[in-house]
Formats: sequence, structure tokens, C-alpha cells
Amino acid sequence: MTMMNGVVSGAMNEPKPEPGIKLTEQQQRARRARSVAIAVSLGVLVVLFYIMTLVKGPGVLVRPL
Amino acid sequence: MSLTLTRVEPSIAGVGDYIELLKPRVMSLVVFTAFVGLLIAPGQVHPMVGFTALLCIAVGAGAAGALNMWYDADIDARMTRTAARPIPAGRVAPGEALAFGVMLAVGSVVVLGLLVNVIAAALLAVTIAFYVGVYTMWLKRRTPQNIVIGGAAGALPPVIGWVAATGSLAVEPVLLFAIIFFWTPPHFWALSLYRTEDYTRAGIPMLPVVAGARETRRQIVLYTLLLAPLGVAPWLLGYAGLSYGVVALATGAVMIALALRVRAEEEGTHTASKQLFGFSILYLFLLFAMLLGDHLAGGLLAHGAA
Repeated sequence: MTMMNGVVSGAMNEPKPEPGIKLTEQQQRARRARSVAIAVSLGVLVVLFYIMTLVKGPGVLVRPL
Repeated sequence: MSLTLTRVEPSIAGVGDYIELLKPRVMSLVVFTAFVGLLIAPGQVHPMVGFTALLCIAVGAGAAGALNMWYDADIDARMTRTAARPIPAGRVAPGEALAFGVMLAVGSVVVLGLLVNVIAAALLAVTIAFYVGVYTMWLKRRTPQNIVIGGAAGALPPVIGWVAATGSLAVEPVLLFAIIFFWTPPHFWALSLYRTEDYTRAGIPMLPVVAGARETRRQIVLYTLLLAPLGVAPWLLGYAGLSYGVVALATGAVMIALALRVRAEEEGTHTASKQLFGFSILYLFLLFAMLLGDHLAGGLLAHGAA
């Protein structure tokens, strides 16, 4: 009974595996590189819209057909 | 009703794989021809407007390339020239390439419409739709005229550049369109002459596969005979100066000479085809570079006189 108890208490103390997919080191590196590229692209887009607003001034909403 | 769940492996695609989906080499030619169209257009374009237009055209062209690779992944896997592309090589999942292409296509058109003008954006949308829908999905696997009709998509960038600068169309950009349109068949058929086995294995009905090498060589000559005068036309019609005319005449003559060599080439040898393919890239680059140089020189002279 004690041994059985020991087994039970030992199993309860073990850390539970994290749910979901565990990425390999290569997958983590690739994901980080993709995230950085997306962030840079979005930053470029924000700066582009900002500069174009300055360039066009009030005419930024005037889009000739 | 049963539901089957397939586990999707986490992606290992790097940034380089996504850049490869954009077909950077094709994109560079698209950007260059659009740049020429933009700069030779009359009037002044603010550098930031010009930069934004070129960026959107480049991203739109890249999106079309990514969607082409998504749709053609099965035939790319069967051709040695394309087997190492990101999708057939297993580095990018087809769904990822599709989402990437659609997002960039929509984004480039919307940004061009918002920041430059709506006609240029509409033309970019037509170009992407034509390349993906008409060329890739419809013509490429069905007719040997695939690259002739599909060539219209590759010929539109200088027109988009012009329209981005002026907001309207004119004869000059249509002439640039015609030059690229008639340049495309001899360029790609020269390549397909020495890649016939690849195209046969992939089941693509390129002209040498369907009609044979002899007919392809004949058609290369015919299209080159149409192309060379078109190349000289900007000078003859007064849109470009003498320096352009001389280069267009000389390089046009070389194109015809190489096309005739291709026609005279024996079956099984491809030296002249490879020469024509290589020179055709230089030919188009020189024509557009001379147009640009001619325009810039004219601008400098006018500035000096004033």
C-alpha cells in the first residue's frame, strides 16, 4: 500500500507535458525569422503611408480616376 | 458523415523561401520596364509616388509568381528546372503559398489605388488576374499559344508605370507593350527548344512538344521579323532619339540573324537557341535602357538650355 502510495504520489509530482505542438529548434528559428520579416514589412507600410500623407497633403484623399 | 483530421506539420519555411516564391528575377525585369514607363511619361512625378508605384508593381508581380507556383506545383515537381522550388521541394505548404500570394495581390492593388491612382491599380489587378487566371490556370496546360497570349501579362508593367505617372493612356506605352508582347514568343520558344524533354515530361503543350522543333524555329523567325521593326518604331515615330534608333536597328539585326541561325540549326543541337535566349534578354534590356537614357539626356539638355 505504501509502495502503491509512493507510485501514486510520484506520478502526481511529475511535470505535465505542455499541450499543443512542440516546435523543433529549426522550426522555432524559421518562425522567428518569418515574424521579424512580417514586422519589418508592416513597419515599412506604416512609414510609407505616413510619408505619402505628408507628400500629398490634403490631396491624399483625392484619387483621380 | 465522417470528419477526417489531417495533422499539419509546423512550417520550416524561411524568409528566403517566400522571397523565392516571388520569382525575383522575373520581378527585376518587371520593375525595370515599369520604371522606364514611369520615367518617360510626360510631366513630373514625385519620387515617393514613383517609388510607391514601383513597389506595388513589384509586389503585385511577386504575388502573381507565388500564385503561379502554387497552381503549378505538380508540374514544377516533374521538371528539372523547377523541381527545387519551395513547394515541390516541400519547404512551403501549398496553402501557405496561396495565402501569401492572395494577400500580396490584394495588398499591392489596394495600396496602389489608395496612394497613386485607381486606373494604375485596376491595370495591376488585370495583370495579376491575367497571369494567374488566363495564362497559368487556363492556357498553359491547354494550348501551344500559351506564352503568346499569356505574354500580355508580362507586357503590361511599362503601361502601369506610365498610367501611374499620368493617370491616362497614350500611344507610347502601347508601343512598349507591343515590343514586350512580340519579344515573348521568340524568347520562350528558344528556351523551350532545349528544354523540350522537361516540358514533355510535365505534359505542357509548348510549341516544340506539340508542333515539333522545325515549326517552332519557323515561328521564332516570324515573330522576330515582327519584333525588330517594332523595336525601331519609337525612333521612327519620334518618341526616341537617334541613339535609341541606332541601338534598336543594330540589336534588332542581331536578333534576326540569331533567329535565322536557330532555323538553320540541325536537329539535336541547341547552340543557336541558347544564344538567342540569352541575347533576347540583353535586347529587351538595351531597348528599355536606351529609351530611359534618351529621355534623361533630353531632359538634361532641356534643363541646360533653360
